Amino acid sequence: MQWVWENFPQIWALTLDHIGLSAPPIVIGFVLSIPLGYWASRSRVARSILLSVFSILYTLPALVLFVTVPVALGLAILDPNNVIVALTIYAMAIMIRSANDAFGSVSADVRESARAVGYSPVQRFFRVELPLAGPVLLAGIRVVSVSTVSLATVGGFIGIPSLGNLFQTGFQIHFFPELWAGIVAVLIVAAVFDLILSGLGRLLIPWNRRRTRRRATRMVAKEVIA
Amino acid sequence: MIEFKSVSKLYPDGTRAVDDFSVVIPSRKTTVFVGSSGCGKTTLLRMINRMVDPTDGVIEIDGDDIAKTEPVHLRRGIGYVMQNSGLLPHRRVIDNVATVLFLNKVPKPQAYARANELLDTVGLDRSLAKRYPGELSGGQQQRVGVARGLAANPNILLMDEPFGAVDPIVRVDLQAETMRLQRELDKTIVFVTHDIDEAFLLGDQVLILEKGAKIAQQGTPEEILANPASDFVANFIGADRGKRRLTVDSKVKPRGDDLVLIDAGGYAAGVISAPDGKLATGTASPKSRSISNKTSQAGDA
Repeated sequence: MQWVWENFPQIWALTLDHIGLSAPPIVIGFVLSIPLGYWASRSRVARSILLSVFSILYTLPALVLFVTVPVALGLAILDPNNVIVALTIYAMAIMIRSANDAFGSVSADVRESARAVGYSPVQRFFRVELPLAGPVLLAGIRVVSVSTVSLATVGGFIGIPSLGNLFQTGFQIHFFPELWAGIVAVLIVAAVFDLILSGLGRLLIPWNRRRTRRRATRMVAKEVIA
Repeated sequence: MIEFKSVSKLYPDGTRAVDDFSVVIPSRKTTVFVGSSGCGKTTLLRMINRMVDPTDGVIEIDGDDIAKTEPVHLRRGIGYVMQNSGLLPHRRVIDNVATVLFLNKVPKPQAYARANELLDTVGLDRSLAKRYPGELSGGQQQRVGVARGLAANPNILLMDEPFGAVDPIVRVDLQAETMRLQRELDKTIVFVTHDIDEAFLLGDQVLILEKGAKIAQQGTPEEILANPASDFVANFIGADRGKRRLTVDSKVKPRGDDLVLIDAGGYAAGVISAPDGKLATGTASPKSRSISNKTSQAGDA
């Protein structure tokens, strides 16, 4: 514990690096996955191609991806963007699948009725399908967030600073306080991200929360009638 | 007036859902399409607001070919009520009712005021306005669906088996409510159902459809009941099973002035009043439906 206090500035700096590495892939991956996932939910061909391509990408070990991305994109080998691009690919591998499920979960009745009352296709997407896909999208991005935060630690192995550095060196020199500090810090970052996401979800998807209240209301109503 | 002129719908897989269908749907009356599932009745209904476009033929509303109207615009001017209400689960009741008004860019205060009025019109308490559809009962949701259909004050209201999924008691309620609304609001209603009793109850004009949307018989409920055009119709309306042929039960003693009626199967089907042994008579004049009886109908709801 004493080691943590003495080295707090370093841990804090690495934490910020870690956030800088993991937050962009979560956001970019989410934004890119929405149209692709929607497309996948609408077309069988698109679905099979997108899902299999990203499943294959997902099986590539992170280190391989970290090394091939700079070659493919012509970036310097130590550019943090390499990690961000690689993590975005992983994020999309999870998120496209999730978005496909999310848009598939919107009831056909509701889509039809939106069409029948005169929503244009664009209005229907933004005002009906996207919000209704919300709960499943939220579940997806929470998985993405946790997995991205933990994957970002691998950046340490190719010399890009992240909290991974802590347990990497801690492991190499058998210095357990540093190793544990790294693990705990990663867990905290992941937990904070998750709190932020579920908070946003609660804010943006209010009708979802009422489900529980609805049951309560019904029970009350029954009692009143009785 | 809505007119179908030799309308056909051929799906790419070769199914002929509608084949050379022609009919005139009069204004301010209720026309019911009734038939078994898969007969094409819903397809016909959905052609009126261009949810489905015919492969052949023309559909006109008041003489204008609807194929020339942009579908989204057309739909905003036609009320639509579907089975399972089709309400947007993420919007509150009041926003659901006001949906079409918002789409038509009516300012919010006016839209909400109108939506609140509509809740009154369909017999819902305004206190439900802030709820989400999932918090309402099936019957209430269906009423909200009707309110939404009426929001833009359309001349035409399309109803696609709107009461198919609610329990029988609520259904009777909603049917009565529909007749009341029709009396008060004077819409051209096109109603689709597979329930012949519902068709006879609500329809000024009833079309019994066979597979491929072929018209088996068209007419008022009285005409169809008195003269089924074919075995198919007789079967469909239950005449051949004797469900509608009633006789006075000779074994049961009259109670007061009422005689018990039994159907051909021997089941009790109802009672008829027969003061002094003489059967009561009446003329078929479905007051509840027809607008001409408007004045005599106060308090009938």
